[in-house]
Amino acid sequence: MATKRTSSAASRSRSNSSAKKSGKPGITKDQLMRWHRDMLLMRRFEEKAGQLYGMGLIAGFCHLYIGQEAVVVGVQAALEEGDQVITGYRDHAHMLATGMDPKGVMAELTGRIDGYSRGKGGSMHMFSREKQFFGGHGIVGAQVAIGAGLAFADRYKGNKRVCATYFGDGAANQGQVYESFNMAKLWSLPVVFIIENNRYAMGTVVQRASSEIHLYKRGASFGIPGEEVDGMDVAAVHDAARRAVAHARSGDGPFILEMKTYRYRGHSMSDPASYRSREEVNQVRKNRDPIDLARKLILDAGYADDEGLKQIDKDIKAIISEAADFARNSPEPDASELYTDVLIEG
Amino acid sequence: MPIQILMPALSPTMEEGTLAKWLVKPGDQINSGDVIAEIETDKATMEVEAVEEGVVSKLLVEQGSEGVQVSTPIAVLLEEGESTDAVVDAAPAPTAVDCAPVVGSAPPPPATPVVQTARELEIPAGTTMKQITVRDALRDAMAEEMRRDETVFVMGEEVADYQGAYKVTRDLLQEFGERRVVDTPITEYGFAGLGVGAAFGGLKPIVEFMTFNFAMQAIDHIINSAAKTLYMSGGQMGCSIVFRGPNGAAARVAAQHSQDYSSWYAHVPGLKVIAPYDAADAKGLLKAAIRDPNPVVFLEHELVYGKTFEIPDMDDFVLPIGKAKIRREGSDVTITAHSRMVGFALEAAEQLAVQGISAEVIDLRTLRPLDIATVTKSVKKTNRLVCAEEGWGQHGVGAEIAAAVTAEAFDDLDAPPARVFQKDVPLPYAANLEALSLPGVEDIVAAANQVCYAQPGGSVVIDTMAVWKS
Repeated sequence: MATKRTSSAASRSRSNSSAKKSGKPGITKDQLMRWHRDMLLMRRFEEKAGQLYGMGLIAGFCHLYIGQEAVVVGVQAALEEGDQVITGYRDHAHMLATGMDPKGVMAELTGRIDGYSRGKGGSMHMFSREKQFFGGHGIVGAQVAIGAGLAFADRYKGNKRVCATYFGDGAANQGQVYESFNMAKLWSLPVVFIIENNRYAMGTVVQRASSEIHLYKRGASFGIPGEEVDGMDVAAVHDAARRAVAHARSGDGPFILEMKTYRYRGHSMSDPASYRSREEVNQVRKNRDPIDLARKLILDAGYADDEGLKQIDKDIKAIISEAADFARNSPEPDASELYTDVLIEG
Repeated sequence: MPIQILMPALSPTMEEGTLAKWLVKPGDQINSGDVIAEIETDKATMEVEAVEEGVVSKLLVEQGSEGVQVSTPIAVLLEEGESTDAVVDAAPAPTAVDCAPVVGSAPPPPATPVVQTARELEIPAGTTMKQITVRDALRDAMAEEMRRDETVFVMGEEVADYQGAYKVTRDLLQEFGERRVVDTPITEYGFAGLGVGAAFGGLKPIVEFMTFNFAMQAIDHIINSAAKTLYMSGGQMGCSIVFRGPNGAAARVAAQHSQDYSSWYAHVPGLKVIAPYDAADAKGLLKAAIRDPNPVVFLEHELVYGKTFEIPDMDDFVLPIGKAKIRREGSDVTITAHSRMVGFALEAAEQLAVQGISAEVIDLRTLRPLDIATVTKSVKKTNRLVCAEEGWGQHGVGAEIAAAVTAEAFDDLDAPPARVFQKDVPLPYAANLEALSLPGVEDIVAAANQVCYAQPGGSVVIDTMAVWKS
């Protein structure tokens, strides 16, 4: 994919797209193996969540991330300890990326006491102060203003932290996103806005909802540089994120990354996805799958063989299986939990 | 071990469905993510994806089967290296599937939170009193808290350079600089959300709305982001933030700029809501609000900003949140009010006294948590209740108080509680219509007479009421 950028003084100094050739110079074995493993963990986690949903163990809304894994894995690899992450409701993979325990995430999905929100939040509302994961927000676009606020706190404290703020192509049409862009640039807030463009805002394809479909240009009128990235290629994501994060951390203000990605599943569990053809989905799965792509790179580079990859798969399945068992066996919250956590006492 | 594939629930309400079509057959190798079947529900036809990988050993339900119950085994999958022998007779004992959690009956709510008995700060003997406007009392509260705590900052439209649209933030920029006194663009939804994020990030923002009318654009963040996140995070995500600004009627600015939001915010668990009347309460409660670890909605009143009151001239005058104040003692009727209406209630009490009716005036001060105990105690003494507020009556603060007091002191009431509120119309511009719409002293006097079964301007009536009481 040709790299597309909006120009800005701040982004001029960028080196020529080295990620284009990501086969990838600059990518170490450790990185690639780690990214592949993390993506696989997310996929197996989501598949298991879908299965538990089918069994009635998970209820309500449950938005799966399958297909988009390269985005969150590549971006997270560009962040440092202490940087914040915030996203919308398609959030399970973001939690795993920040290092949250699959057991606690799955137990929240089943509405149990050992879940990250003690069973009171569910799929869309989980948080971990320890891992600097700030949700998990169910109102489309709300996390963008909150993410800018986290970055405001960073700048106020002068702690050199960056906030990675994720939202989708649907949220990109919310007014508060532009209110946030304006303030983020006005005050040079250390925030990277990551637009996960998976082509469909629920059932509406980008072209039917957006007058300007190149979402990386959406910051142009605020002077925020933007870049379009192949969101199915974890190395390309990492390369772009590294530069965007450095830009924000250096005090140059916000940066927008539009990740061209794709979700394989419906918007939520009850979406038959009749707005697109099966062929379209199959084409992406077959030709663009981020995990297959990483797997191929690993094999080509000789970092692992089929056996080695199978072993990784097996290890991950064991982790997921353990998480699912944990989530099924954890008790429901005690009835006394109903009235706790409404206000901080004292 | 062979894996049973179960009939999935494809929506929150699905109990059964039609297995419309198999897309795999025995012997097929499948990988997780492959579409293996189509299922029709009452709403749509959905594809079923494999979660495990392996070889399809057996299809247990024929395609076209209707009414297949969720969680019924529909196929058997062999993992790598397993042979079909392992399966054949394995009766399709459904994997014990945990049922959806049984909803237990909810316990009763904890007894109405005992309003902190924190004694009202006593003013030490010898403390001098000083005269100050509500506007300056609010300003001083912010300045003192900003001196005390580096994480406190104020943001909003025109709060810095312009010194505040109503001059409530006067001189703050000069003392604290633009890092801590932040002019925002006119962008309520955005800066309210940004403030919430800053609070999650460990700061203590004071978010000023030029008026609460404009906060309607931001109410999503006040409620969905600030008030609910602590609960939704199992107690992790405290949000120490104050949303403040003038609320209620202004003078001759018509409907969009004159609305009382008291009952809107007081409705929401996870918020504290304060609506002070005089300068001392404005200062003592704003300082408490800034220190509070929870989101606080602090409702001021434009038409009270310029009023001058006495305030103790002392360091660190902080008042407890959640405690009503008896502003005038009386024995015949209890009048509740908050914010600007407290002034009207006190005037009404003066007029009622001339009539021979002794009114007790309770300044609610905090609307959530609501100090019903103080009101009930008063009603047990006076046996009559008038609830006055500036906003509309339907689902209003007075409705809540009347219901709570009726439930707790039904036998003590000698008359149905009366309510005073704005007429049920958007606030008009024309001077005469505006005056007709807003509640004032006469309305409170009339309501007090009503619950005392007396005539306004009439002579003492309480003697006749004694008959009723006995």
